[in-house]
Amino acid sequence: MTRLHAEGLTLAYDQATVATDLGVSIPDGSFTVIVGPNACGKSTLLKALARMLKPKSGGVYLDGNLISSYRSREVARRLGLLPQTSIAPSGITVGDLVARGRYPHQKLLRQWSAEDEAVVTESMRLTGVLELAPRLVDELSGGQRQRVWLAMVLAQQTSILLLDEPTTFLDIAHQVEVLDLCADLHEHKGHTLVAVLHDLNQACRYATHLIVMRPGGEIAAQGDPSEVVTAELVGDVFGLPCRVIDDPETGTPLIVPVHRKRRSEDDGPVAVHEHATL
Amino acid sequence: MSAVVTGRVVRIRRGLLSVRVDGRALTVGLGVAVALVVVMGITLTTGEYELSVTDVLKAIAGQGEGGADFVVNTLRLPRLLTALLVGAALAVSGAILQSLTGNSLGSPDVIGFNNGAATGALLVIIVTGGSMVQVATGALIGGIVSAVLIYLLAFTRGVQGFRFVLIGIGINALALSVNSYLITRASLYDALTAQSWLVGSVNSRGWEHVTAAALAVAVLLPLALYHARPLAMLELGDASAKALGVGVERSKAVLIVVSVLLAAIATAAAGPIWFVALAAPQLARRLTRSPAPGLVTSALVGALLLTAGDLLIQRVFPTAQLPVGTATGCLGGLYLIWLLASEWRGKGRYT
Ligand SMILES: Nc1ncnc2c1ncn2[C@@H]1O[C@H](COP(=O)(O)OP(=O)(O)OP(=O)(O)O)[C@@H](O)[C@H]1O
Ligand SMILES: [Mg+2]
Repeated sequence: MTRLHAEGLTLAYDQATVATDLGVSIPDGSFTVIVGPNACGKSTLLKALARMLKPKSGGVYLDGNLISSYRSREVARRLGLLPQTSIAPSGITVGDLVARGRYPHQKLLRQWSAEDEAVVTESMRLTGVLELAPRLVDELSGGQRQRVWLAMVLAQQTSILLLDEPTTFLDIAHQVEVLDLCADLHEHKGHTLVAVLHDLNQACRYATHLIVMRPGGEIAAQGDPSEVVTAELVGDVFGLPCRVIDDPETGTPLIVPVHRKRRSEDDGPVAVHEHATL
Repeated sequence: MSAVVTGRVVRIRRGLLSVRVDGRALTVGLGVAVALVVVMGITLTTGEYELSVTDVLKAIAGQGEGGADFVVNTLRLPRLLTALLVGAALAVSGAILQSLTGNSLGSPDVIGFNNGAATGALLVIIVTGGSMVQVATGALIGGIVSAVLIYLLAFTRGVQGFRFVLIGIGINALALSVNSYLITRASLYDALTAQSWLVGSVNSRGWEHVTAAALAVAVLLPLALYHARPLAMLELGDASAKALGVGVERSKAVLIVVSVLLAAIATAAAGPIWFVALAAPQLARRLTRSPAPGLVTSALVGALLLTAGDLLIQRVFPTAQLPVGTATGCLGGLYLIWLLASEWRGKGRYT
């Protein structure tokens, strides 16, 4: 069994059920990427894995035990979550916000050890926000803010990281930088990463394990991106006719949507979903 | 000094103990404490019966002459200490609740804890006539009941701050109308007692009030301080706080109970006093420019506001025996208008 896995999950908000009988297993030391159309339940799954959302049935297991059986602080030392949206208290500086990532390691009378300082500085350096330390979070751009939140999660120093769309708001260079950072954490530190991404090409490039979700919170396919991603699958899950070619840079699958003028024609490798809409 | 975080870092015993001290908050705290001592000094020495500082100190030590002893230990000191403790209790209660609801209107005097406590007290006054202890108990129960009511009505999958505040404002209106109704049903004598209680005052408070308020503050303030760090973390939102290891449900429960009890006990001791719980935490926050709810600075500012307010009405209207509630009510109304207006413009918003 892997360190983080879930069995028979039924996930729901009040009456609205997002997923039923969902099982996932996050391979240890993997860089797992979850993809799927909007509102299919990716964030909901991530919240359940990080015990933010209590499943209606089934259970999430961390290191062999039900995640709900741990103390909050204990989970926070093993597993970190970057939510899709977060709020910062107004008037807080970047450094102080990142420092809050140290909370699970601190005590009432041990509020700021030399280690805290070193870890926070390093997290800010890795995400490129060290120079922003004295600035107010309210006054940052969307992309800067996103990297500050990422720094806060890194400062938590957990070996499992769940990141919900860590690249939103970022320009392409910063997107690649953040994904490279994740890949480094996974390769050199042996961390397990789970990220929700919308860019399928980036997902295929970086993921060692890809989970494709479809509306209704089902898992359509999972495994090595090269084996999993086909034009049929993308057509089926996203309702978008496309071609899948080799990424000229890495050889991983590259998804190229079919030109809109050709979408009605039926030819060759193009998979057209029956409910495909514009 | 740290390179990344604000404030001064103090490490002792080779880093086994380390605390972060916010220099500005410390300065503000000391300044307010000094002002508080000055106000206390003036309150005890001036008035109809002028005393020197040595007279006062002697009287407090139990070696004063008859007149001074009576003036200090029976008239002035209990009233002063009640004002101080009630002000501090209300301010901490307000600071906790505003922080939890993420709303500057989420204060016990706006959302009905105080008026709910008043309803409890009125019921006791009218039904039983009521001794001081009974009235205070009634106030305590009234405050708790109104808090539970708001909580239950606001509960949908956890409690959302804004909803809590809106429903609290509704409960406040309800409690106010119940209070007026109770007064119309009361005998003239009870109605007078009730009416004077309803304004909120520290006139002629005795040592029993001081003891009750002091006990409450001595137990509840440390509890609140112990949960101050989770409280600051909760301002990141429940989800992020939980992800960072805060025991969200437990911390929230403890903090809400502490806040309700502080407000209810303060109301039991002095009647429903307006404004302090609403304004003191905001003033403290603005003075310290801190992103975290400073409970100690709030407590000091609250104590200063109420003792200074009481001193003012004693000296400006020496014969009128005005209750301090009228002064804070006036100020509170103006402050609320300003707050709503600035909130409307999107400025000075609390997030
Ligand atoms: N707090 C909530 N309360 C009620 N329903 C919710 C809540 N959050 C999400 N939902 C619903 O649950 C479903 C799944 O939402 P979720 O956020 O998991 O989607 P997602 O796959 O992350 O989408 P996106 O790609 O847009 O982020 C949606 O239909 C959404 O409307
Ligand atoms: Mg999402």
